Amino acid sequence: MILNDLLQIKDQERAARKKTTLRCCMAAGCMSSDSKGVKEQLEKAVADAGLQDTVEVRGVGCMKLCCEGPLVQADPQNALYIKVTSENAPSIIAALKGGKAEAAQTDPDAAFFKKQLSIVLANSGVVDPDRIESYIALDGYQALHEVLHEMTPKDVVDTMVNSGLRGRGGAGFPTGLKWGTVAKSPGAKKYVICNADEGDPGAFMDRSVLESDPHAVLEGMAIAAYAVGADQGFIYVRAEYPLAITRLQTAIKQAKQLGVLGSGIFESPFNFTIDIRIGAGAFVCGEETALMASVEGKRGTPRPRPPFPAESGLFGCPTLINNVETFANVPAIYRNGAEWFAGIGTEKSKGTKVFALAGKIKNTGLIEVPMGTPLRTIVEEMGGGAPGGAKIKAVQTGGPSGGCIPSQHLDTPVDYESLGKLGSIMGSGGMIVMDESTRMVDVARFFMEFCMDESCGKCIPCRAGTVQMHNLLEKILDRRATPRDLLKLEELCDMVKNTSLCGLGQTAPNPTLSTLRFFRNEYEELLQPEAHGPKGNGEAKKQTLTT
Amino acid sequence: MAAKTLTIDGKQISAEEGATVLQAADEAGVKIPTLCHLDGVYDVGACRLCLVEIAGVPKLLPACTTQVAEGMVIHTDSERLRKYRRMTLELLFAERNHVCAVCVANGHCELQSLAYNQGMDHVRYEYNFPKWSVDNTHRLFGMDHNRCILCTRCVRVCWHIEGAGTKNVAGRGGKAHIISDLNMSWGQSYSCTECGKCVQACPTGALFHKGSTAAEMERDRTRLEFLVTAREKKQWITGEE
Amino acid sequence: MKVRLATVWFGGCAGCHMSFLDLDEFLIDLAEKVELVYSPVVDVKEYPEDVDVCLIEGAICNEDNLELLHKIRQRTKVLVSFGDCAVTANVPAIRNQLGLGNAESVLQVAYIDNAQHNPCLPKEDGIVPPLLKKVLPVHEVVNVEHFLPGCPPPADRIKALVGQMLAGVEPKLEGAQLKFG
Ligand SMILES: Cc1cc2nc3c(=O)[nH]c(=O)nc-3n(C[C@H](O)[C@H](O)[C@H](O)COP(=O)(O)O)c2cc1C
Ligand code: SF4
Ligand code: SF4
Ligand code: SF4
Ligand code: SF4
Ligand code: FES
Repeated sequence: MILNDLLQIKDQERAARKKTTLRCCMAAGCMSSDSKGVKEQLEKAVADAGLQDTVEVRGVGCMKLCCEGPLVQADPQNALYIKVTSENAPSIIAALKGGKAEAAQTDPDAAFFKKQLSIVLANSGVVDPDRIESYIALDGYQALHEVLHEMTPKDVVDTMVNSGLRGRGGAGFPTGLKWGTVAKSPGAKKYVICNADEGDPGAFMDRSVLESDPHAVLEGMAIAAYAVGADQGFIYVRAEYPLAITRLQTAIKQAKQLGVLGSGIFESPFNFTIDIRIGAGAFVCGEETALMASVEGKRGTPRPRPPFPAESGLFGCPTLINNVETFANVPAIYRNGAEWFAGIGTEKSKGTKVFALAGKIKNTGLIEVPMGTPLRTIVEEMGGGAPGGAKIKAVQTGGPSGGCIPSQHLDTPVDYESLGKLGSIMGSGGMIVMDESTRMVDVARFFMEFCMDESCGKCIPCRAGTVQMHNLLEKILDRRATPRDLLKLEELCDMVKNTSLCGLGQTAPNPTLSTLRFFRNEYEELLQPEAHGPKGNGEAKKQTLTT
Repeated sequence: MAAKTLTIDGKQISAEEGATVLQAADEAGVKIPTLCHLDGVYDVGACRLCLVEIAGVPKLLPACTTQVAEGMVIHTDSERLRKYRRMTLELLFAERNHVCAVCVANGHCELQSLAYNQGMDHVRYEYNFPKWSVDNTHRLFGMDHNRCILCTRCVRVCWHIEGAGTKNVAGRGGKAHIISDLNMSWGQSYSCTECGKCVQACPTGALFHKGSTAAEMERDRTRLEFLVTAREKKQWITGEE
Repeated sequence: MKVRLATVWFGGCAGCHMSFLDLDEFLIDLAEKVELVYSPVVDVKEYPEDVDVCLIEGAICNEDNLELLHKIRQRTKVLVSFGDCAVTANVPAIRNQLGLGNAESVLQVAYIDNAQHNPCLPKEDGIVPPLLKKVLPVHEVVNVEHFLPGCPPPADRIKALVGQMLAGVEPKLEGAQLKFG
């Protein structure tokens, strides 16, 4: 495979385009409401109408407005059909010839779409994830070619540093710095791992990326592998994502066949293979050291860092581990340049972020916005506010490791620093909107229960501390707790945060701490008075017989 | 080997490069509480009792897995650390069923002595009172899950000193527990060599010699020391020096 | 004025009280400084008002324990959880491990399954107090000022704590004096 072969595929693919395309979402969300049946009916209707030569029905990835699925988009008509069924699908074909479509439509130029800026999701809903040619038609694998033939590994790392990209897996660690560290770590064997464990409840950004545009992730991994000097990659996906796994398998097979993965990629000395490892769905296996233990076939529990994976990771070798969305950003950065990427977003948070918008909000689905977009724009303009005009109370970001941002802070720009200042985190991209009917102590209890169930049990503060914090939250909700219990809860939050071994325990108190910070009254309203003695005042320890 | 100089609790000390903070402190006569650490077995940093403050490092780090570095300034006994240690112990006592009065290890238990040395006079958290079983199927030894603190010392000696690989951890979070082979009763285990190292390694009353009754279970760590010295220093302790 | 001392016996084996009696000649010193206003070893039926200090032996096992404990808390300045059963719920709480509804199963085993004569559940409203679902250490029910662990606490430990209290210093036991079991 040389560049010309690649460009030839691209040209052929572009030349084969038909006058009209019907893009039909084949991501897990729409598939669960029978988009497969819709697509079959569309194809049949096209055939029945004899339109095969002018109309293409293309299975694509996520088109973002998941709550209205199955979605079908007709171009160049720019008509977006929602909640399409296999019964009313044929009428969409009829509409192409001037008839009336029975399926409802929504405005593809509404704020929900127009306010988005797609880098990671640029191909999502456009390319056919099952066909590598479809990815190549949109300049796929050109960045890899350029990197391999025109850049040294050091140039590649420098470009990443200059782009300002930060890890999308939660902590926001500068990606270029990480690549540079792995590149410098001595070792004949190095690994690249793509973290697709995605365990946050309610988050499905990474799944959508894998289902919609798997080649972008493969290309990103290959570029990273070249930069750090690795020849083997692993994608760690949870078993709950069967469609993502199938699409990845297909994508890897096609990439190998074309020679963009394997040995001597693009006639260069660079070899890189990617294998899939399937996780059993433990949240903690998203933590990098636990993930690597799991890939090694061991029990998935974290270990203390240092040493960091960059020095000693998988099988003791230097290992680069990045999140799906992080890798999905990579090809675009090398296609368009570091400056282009660094021009998007805020001073310290570059590029875009994908969020899974959910909860008490009209439009739920996937959104990708430039860093620095105010929460209010996301929630009110794009999300359309709470259904029935209810008042929004708070927005939760960062899932079980994050916090609740109260409505008075809705003008906060979404970037790593601003969210951190409010006691929340960017996290991997779960965003749950809550209205006035939500009880914040309940929210805290829900996430604490999640952390308690998902704790791996290795270290005491997290294993036993989450149980006690959960007990105390239940006690408060049952109106059995006293002010002393609230103090105990706060003390435990501090202790578990500061003493736990891994990020799970270290962040498990966050939802509780953040709701305590902004909604303390909701806790206090539930407390009962203390059963004190005649002199009891909480300072009881000080009492001796003579005082 | 290069030496590093560092300060532990105000004491200037030097330690070998590659030594852990725990080893360095030990040599300097500074006692840091530990529970999952066992001399001769690799460390896992799980119990968090040995956490120390290192100047310039925002996070607390376990002394048992942190290597010394030149110029490190370490505090091992601040009020905050003492508070966290006591809380950790309280969490352990509330987690399973520790009824010292009727326990085989009463008076010979590391958990028990750590608790009183850290000034734990009562447990402020609600006791969980979980239902755990006792595995008495082994010919020589017993395992009482009620007393287990999941320090995994037994697992590590079984794999890395005895090399049998009988013991393991199953389950997650509060449901995590020690198993033999593929979660069968200990007596049915094919791989157990009956060496008893796990029993010697256990800090609590969870593993015991059959026939020991309340307060009778004393441990003989020299049996482990013997093997570890033999392996690491290639010396046999003859007991005649 | 003498210190008004009470001792009470909840769900425990009376070992702590036995250990108290092991104070031997210290009991004579004690008698000069305290007035024993309520105790299993004196014949007072109603827990009095204005008690300075109460040593509580035993875990909270039944409705009577619970009611009296609340009364004690209201009428006493300083509560001491006296012995492991009071401090940790100890042996009486082993039944908690059986899960909820265990009160019934405990009674079943004790009074029916293992009965040699006359198997029947003791039940007399107002006389036999119903068991609580869960046996509790004292401080999970009311605020407790001091803790004196041990099963039973040895006499010298009791002496140390009571001595410190009578001397007017904040009682503080340390090291092995805090050993459970
Ligand atoms: C409990 C826990 C769960 C995690 N789950 C994930 C996950 O599902 N996906 C992910 O990419 N990173 C997850 N992380 C973060 C990873 O440890 C790691 O930081 C990340 O994969 C690095 O990639 P990045 O630099 O591209 O963000 C998790 C961390 C913790 C502590
Ligand atoms: S913090 Fe929780 S998940 Fe992490 S190692 Fe400790 S027990 Fe396991
Ligand atoms: S294991 Fe130790 S702390 Fe637990 S009951 Fe036995 S002696 Fe007490
Ligand atoms: S007796 Fe020896 S072989 Fe058997 S479980 Fe214990 S350490 Fe392993
Ligand atoms: S059985 Fe003993 S050695 Fe093994 S994990 Fe439990 S407490 Fe530790
Ligand atoms: S001894 Fe260091 S963490 Fe347990």
